[in-house]
Amino acid sequence: MKFLPLLWKSLWRKKFRTIVTLLSVFVAFVLFGVLMTIRTAFTFGVDIAGIDRLVLIHKVSLIMPLPVSYLNRLQNTPGVETATHNTWFGGVYQDPSNFFAQIVVEPEPFMKIYPEYKLPPEQMKAWLDDRQGAIVGVDVARRFGWKLGDRIPIGATIWQPKGGGQTWEFNIVGIYDGEQGVDKTQFFFRWDYLDENRAGGAGTVGWYVVKIADASKSQEMGARFDGMFANSDAETKTTTEKGFVEGFANQMGNIGAIMIWISVAVLFMMLLIAASTMVQSVRERTSEMAVLKTLGFSNTTILSLVLGESLFICLLGGGAGLALAWAFVQQGDPTGQLPIFVLQPQAIMIGVGLIVSMGILAGLIPALSAMQLKITDGLRRN
Amino acid sequence: MFNWISQTIAITALNLRTIPQRLGSSGVAIIGIAGVVVVFVSVLSIAAGFSAAMEGAGSESRALVMRTGADSEMTSGFGGNSVTIIKEAPGLRREGQTALASAELFVIIDLPKISTGTPANVPLRGVEPTAFQVRGDVKIVEGRQFTFGTNEVIVGRGARGQFAGLTVGNTVQSGKATWQVVGVFSAGGGAAETEIWVDSRVLQGIYNRGNSYQTVLAQLDSSASFDTFRDWLTTNPQLNVQVRRETEYYAAQSRALSALIRGVGFGIAALMGLGAIFGAVLTMYTAVSTRSREIATLRALGFNSTSVVVSVLAESMALGMIGGTIGGLSAYFAFNGYQTSTMNFQTFSQVAFAFLVTPELLMTGLFYALIIGLVGGLLPAIRAARLPIPSALREL
Repeated sequence: MKFLPLLWKSLWRKKFRTIVTLLSVFVAFVLFGVLMTIRTAFTFGVDIAGIDRLVLIHKVSLIMPLPVSYLNRLQNTPGVETATHNTWFGGVYQDPSNFFAQIVVEPEPFMKIYPEYKLPPEQMKAWLDDRQGAIVGVDVARRFGWKLGDRIPIGATIWQPKGGGQTWEFNIVGIYDGEQGVDKTQFFFRWDYLDENRAGGAGTVGWYVVKIADASKSQEMGARFDGMFANSDAETKTTTEKGFVEGFANQMGNIGAIMIWISVAVLFMMLLIAASTMVQSVRERTSEMAVLKTLGFSNTTILSLVLGESLFICLLGGGAGLALAWAFVQQGDPTGQLPIFVLQPQAIMIGVGLIVSMGILAGLIPALSAMQLKITDGLRRN
Repeated sequence: MFNWISQTIAITALNLRTIPQRLGSSGVAIIGIAGVVVVFVSVLSIAAGFSAAMEGAGSESRALVMRTGADSEMTSGFGGNSVTIIKEAPGLRREGQTALASAELFVIIDLPKISTGTPANVPLRGVEPTAFQVRGDVKIVEGRQFTFGTNEVIVGRGARGQFAGLTVGNTVQSGKATWQVVGVFSAGGGAAETEIWVDSRVLQGIYNRGNSYQTVLAQLDSSASFDTFRDWLTTNPQLNVQVRRETEYYAAQSRALSALIRGVGFGIAALMGLGAIFGAVLTMYTAVSTRSREIATLRALGFNSTSVVVSVLAESMALGMIGGTIGGLSAYFAFNGYQTSTMNFQTFSQVAFAFLVTPELLMTGLFYALIIGLVGGLLPAIRAARLPIPSALREL
């Protein structure tokens, strides 16, 4: 502890260099945090998707509708806790670039299957009372400045209104929230409203979501469902929600992964550069180290002094970088388009691990050579 | 003035010639800058390749007719009687009695992606015989054309490379339908190369579409007759359609994803650029401080301090140039032409494309590398010029 002032002095021996090194470590870890966030976004939050929820889509492809009559049969299957159906609406709010998901649901079973969407009870009641009611995520509400009671027109694309015109009108009756990592960019409204007022496709739904009692039986339950509808006009394909999201993310292809891995590789290069600067700054002081040894500093003291310097730079720069990245992500997605925008705790742990190991590695090489240095050699070297 | 120029050239040449002596620290700056350029060029080459595949598909002289309100081929739809009226529109090219317009269906089917084995949404397009006259760039490159009225299909080059089972002679099972692959086609590198084509009437039957279609793709008399064609259709009270040039349609389809990739690419590259500037600052700072005695000597001999500034800047920009070139070339050799596929969010369907490192991207990357070099060299250069001569001469 009594050597702290010495450590401090040697850190600021070349102020400018130390500051620049600190800054480059800082930037590298801001980047790390942002990259990890984007990585999660590109996998559509597959780490968060449930495995006790099964998704049934039409066997040919997910754009093909399924009959609503499947609901009763699913509901009455032993081992099923709750079953419900969803439909993709795909409408346009003002301009096609204002994309957000609009999903048609049945409020009660939907909220039962997805407890992660938090909606105040009085808003839930309002939703059940209003056929044109819709609930929206806090993120999308913030993006467009929507408040409770607003009337929102959405342009029809797939589903044309029966009475003519191109617009569907909705009342915002609820704004749902949820933990970090829950998609808060969605717009949910009632299937009975859609079904009574659409020009075609009455009695169909997009896909089914089934919550099963025992997650370990998801394989056999899936096979049983597909068997129930085999040889009908609308055969199904059942996967776990996790598998479904994974498949969807795979459809985006490897471009997300390629972007991330190129960047991570370069990030490591940046860290190596910062580390090499730290190594160099110790090398320059070889003769000073010899003087310290002459004064009676023990090998371990020298080792911890040098290690302390590099750890200090990494912890301060990297810690501040991670903290800034975290604070930035807390503000929410600046583009308003990514469904999931969260810096996961695992990513932070990896970051902290990187910071510590970088501090140790960058310090260890010069520290060891400083420790093994013979006083006479060190004094002679210039 | 002449004196100043010759001084500057002399010091700059000296600096540049001695770069190899400082290989270690110069290498650090070069690697840092090269890294930024690799990230920048390769990420943007994804966006460039995707846009090229989507926009290369379009032609100015073709128009796409969809139902009003539909935002893509996928969500459009109208009856066969509308198609009959559309084919009577003025501005449409005709060969004899045949209007060069193809009424089409556009659906997706699940097929496994070769790279991951997981299902992917592959676009399946039902076409009329005129489709091949309307799209002059479609050519059969393997096997043969399908026979209309049968369950034979032809597959795009890109689709064959990305999805399992699409080789000539194979059959593909999708729900209750069985498709027989009889040929492979190319479409000038456009998005159609990711599609599977079949007779639209066969598809109507299998998908219970009755006599309805989703779009009509029309070959216009000329690019200029677009307005005539559009106005006639959109003012016709019997129709409820919108008309877009094919080029505009595909540009709009690729906009969202390209913008996302570009945004992410520029954001990451900007942050890394900041990091690389710090790297360059450190390198040049080291270069200046190890030579502070030499610099002081030069200035004591009467060399101008602005010459010293210019020489330091020139050195750091030279490092930027080397780094930028290395980075650009690495990105080019590693990624140009890399085949992959992704999902077009407007239609939820797959688009196969190749990464495209364009000359513009390389130039932009090099430009950023030079900027990084310039900014990185600025502070050390000023420091070099301000070195107090007596104490610098004394420095070790």
